[in-house]
Amino acid sequence: MSTAATAISLPATSNPARIYAKEAKYEFIKLIRTRSFSLATIGFPVMLYVLFGIANRHTFESGIHLAKYMLAGYACFGLIGSALFGIGVGLSSDLAAGWLELKRSSPMPVAAYLFAKCASAAAFGLIIVTILTIIGISFGDVHLTSAEIVKMLGVTFAGSISFASMGLLIALLVPATAAPGIINLIYLPMSFLSGLWVPIKFMPHWLQGFAPLLPTYHLSQIMLSIFHYNDSISLTTHWNALIGFTLLMLGISRLIFHRKEQNA
Amino acid sequence: MPLTALAYETEAVPTNGPQIAHRQPVASLTGVTKRYGNALALDRLNLSLRPGEIVALLGPNGAGKSTAIKLLLGLIAPTSGSTRVFGSDPREAATRTRVGAMLQVSRITEMLKVREHLDLFRSYYPNPLPIADILRIAQLQGIEERLFGQLSGGQKQRVLFALALCGNPDLIFLDEPTVGMDIEARRGLWSEIRLLAATGKTVLLTTHYLEEADALADRIIVINKGRVICEGTPAEIKRNSGGRRIRCHTSLSAEVLQSLPSVTNVEHSGEATIVTAIHAENVVREMLRRDETLSGLEIASPALEDAFLALTKN
Repeated sequence: MSTAATAISLPATSNPARIYAKEAKYEFIKLIRTRSFSLATIGFPVMLYVLFGIANRHTFESGIHLAKYMLAGYACFGLIGSALFGIGVGLSSDLAAGWLELKRSSPMPVAAYLFAKCASAAAFGLIIVTILTIIGISFGDVHLTSAEIVKMLGVTFAGSISFASMGLLIALLVPATAAPGIINLIYLPMSFLSGLWVPIKFMPHWLQGFAPLLPTYHLSQIMLSIFHYNDSISLTTHWNALIGFTLLMLGISRLIFHRKEQNA
Repeated sequence: MPLTALAYETEAVPTNGPQIAHRQPVASLTGVTKRYGNALALDRLNLSLRPGEIVALLGPNGAGKSTAIKLLLGLIAPTSGSTRVFGSDPREAATRTRVGAMLQVSRITEMLKVREHLDLFRSYYPNPLPIADILRIAQLQGIEERLFGQLSGGQKQRVLFALALCGNPDLIFLDEPTVGMDIEARRGLWSEIRLLAATGKTVLLTTHYLEEADALADRIIVINKGRVICEGTPAEIKRNSGGRRIRCHTSLSAEVLQSLPSVTNVEHSGEATIVTAIHAENVVREMLRRDETLSGLEIASPALEDAFLALTKN
């Protein structure tokens, strides 16, 4: 058969960088085409920011521009959503359908698969934050220096990776059909309680004391620190909390993954 | 009953059987036991695949077919025993570049086009088949720009088959390859599987369609409760079930027929008499000699299904 002959003439190396790039590219294309994902993860934060942020474009409270403050909050809300849903739902359904198993029987490195999921989540986070920033500047009287914008995108990237680790853990723990519900059950209250929707200082006092227990709170404070709107806790503490949370999620995921492997 | 259409089948041994038997196996399970908790999935199973042959793994649900394939793919490790593919551990990445698999997958990424799925899978392998060849072999021409989610059940199966071919593998595992295909599509895939074997590739398939095993396999391995209970060519397996069936109208009595050499069973079905015999030709010759009025003669191989049911019935 001619097929065998033609194959032999091709180069005999599979380039790992090419696998990573293709895996990421197609993961991103898939997410864009999956409207239930792309419209919801982009549309939700944008809609809420327009409703609450832009409405407060002339509101200043003790030196804080509310539309700018909320830009940081909804940026976090958006990037966390894309990381949790993109990875939590995507990975758990790949696992349930046997698709990941088929990929694992091929020479695909598992790391390439995880990289693609993280990179796509980060890309969506960056898209969401970019859209929110454009809306804020255009309609919310928000003034940002280019350094601030670059820092925002940097924090978005770091935050996406951090919450991707939580998405990974959820995917390993929760059955595919329950994943979207469980994620909403975690994501929405956590966002609200950390002041991503409504600035934290408008919340009851006891709730404000509870917020530093949440990773979402630390991410939002890091984002707010770009505008010097952060709380009195040191920035190093916030970073340490976020990194600690990420490592904890990855550690538990690793443990569960290995246990599943052994029982398989 | 389509299997009776295989009447008058020759019982010749496969032409290249003896040479194949001496060659190094491509893949093997040696004394493999696999437990899931307290459940025993495989019980000291031995199985080996020789180059260029098509082997069908048959067995009822829960017999251990999928477990055997997962072990050979390196997706799981045996509790005890050894698993070798191309002389090394199937968990090694280098081994996987020579293996292709079509597993029972309930859903794959629906929002990618057929061509995109193939492009991605080809990138995993050092010597992938050209995309045009894959499309031709798996008969996907004309639908390569469609999203996977828009395909029919049979087309989806063909895409999964195509993914197994992407790396131009020497060894191919097909787990229930023709589920959800119509007869025509199924026969199309069979001829492609035969072509693969003809180019020297080794194929292990599991199937629920006994007709499929009969039509494709050089060798059938019947497993039940994690053990091999029977192994051989389709013809051998059918012979093991008591011989071929002679159906005719005859005036000979059941006692006389039963006394003929190699007859294992005699029964009546309406006007007709059905004689089961291992050496059917000799029995027919004798019957024609003794009964000149004999009419309506038919000789059929037993359906593989009957053989299979007889074998797996505890």
